Amino acid sequence: MAELHVELVAADRKVWSGEATIVLARTKSGDIGIQPNHTPVLGAMDPQPVTIRQADGTTVIAAVHGGFLSFADNKLSILAEVAELADEIDVDRAERALASAKADSEAVAQRRAEVRLLAATGR
Amino acid sequence: MGAQLRVYKRRIRSVTATKKITKAMEMISASRIMKAQRAVAASTPYATELTRAVTAVATRSNAKHPLTTEPEGATRAAVLVVTADRGLAGGYSSNAIKAALELTKRLQSEGKAVETYIIGRKGVSYYGFRNLPVAGSWVGFSDKPTYQDAKEASAALIDAFVTETAEGGVDELHIVSTEFVSMLTQNPVEARLLPLSLAETEADAEEQGPFPLYDFEPSAEGVLDALLPRYVESRIYNALLQSAASEHAARRRAMKSATDNAGELIKSLTRLANTARQAEITQEISEIVGGASALADATAGSD
Repeated sequence: MAELHVELVAADRKVWSGEATIVLARTKSGDIGIQPNHTPVLGAMDPQPVTIRQADGTTVIAAVHGGFLSFADNKLSILAEVAELADEIDVDRAERALASAKADSEAVAQRRAEVRLLAATGR
Repeated sequence: MGAQLRVYKRRIRSVTATKKITKAMEMISASRIMKAQRAVAASTPYATELTRAVTAVATRSNAKHPLTTEPEGATRAAVLVVTADRGLAGGYSSNAIKAALELTKRLQSEGKAVETYIIGRKGVSYYGFRNLPVAGSWVGFSDKPTYQDAKEASAALIDAFVTETAEGGVDELHIVSTEFVSMLTQNPVEARLLPLSLAETEADAEEQGPFPLYDFEPSAEGVLDALLPRYVESRIYNALLQSAASEHAARRRAMKSATDNAGELIKSLTRLANTARQAEITQEISEIVGGASALADATAGSD
């Protein structure tokens, strides 16, 4: 099966890189699924978990807080100021952050905590 | 112990203490250079991918964006200077400030008014002491900058850039920072961040071959809108990290020569102290001998 190369890069580190069969993400104009040999695309992303499916059936989920994706020559780069893999996320902390963001009605912080929880627990 | 010898001993003690301090600072800086260099390396993939994306949009689309188009007859420019928070780093801060002042003079000779933004306490105190106007300043993170710090500074700069010139905004954005070339060489560099100088980015692009025909989500303008602030942030972040590495390298070198000088000083002071001690001993011996022979002469005379 054809594969595409994925680089998930945050501002201060490379979060994940490897081969995948399909990558699901949400751009400003809606969800997008990228498989090998997709047409070149450059998009601004909404804060939403990104799902990377690998050939051996394993799935990598990462919380990506905004940023961009660019795909060309079977190479997908996902760029975000902040991005973290699902298993790096501290669920308790995210829940606390969500509660305090709701209390202070801070939309950005709330969305960030929601995306973390969504990525970590699938809720 | 004679007075002179005591003075030498005291100076040796104090120079030894100074040497210990400078040696410690040298070793701290040396270990931080490594960390700072790793941070630069870690931020590079993001910066290169982002530059590539910006170039792709700016060259491939016909989007006219205020952040990329050159305004006719720019009249105001912003200059961001990156300096250190602490001294004892040789000429690091003053070199950056010198480069910034030269750039300011050049821009002024082109008929542009210059707004200065400063990062680092050394720059703030330099401009403050000379009563030079400062539009904004940020301090306290020069040796370990985070992305959040870069974001704060770039938010203010982008804000000034998008404001109309008549209302106090600026038409150009320049940054003066220090490039980390090697442990021994750090050069102050200046770069124009905005409007985007495509000549420079196109040169990079040619090396990588032509860009594919991208589909833009949601639209070329939309992508560019979101991309350019991130691009500025990432350029400033990179400049901050490079400058931090340079600061540590400059401090390490300054402290190394201070340690070497202290060593030399201790050596020559020790020599002087030895001479003084020897002179003292010689004098004592000659006094004793003189005294003894005088005594012997006196005894011989009485016999």
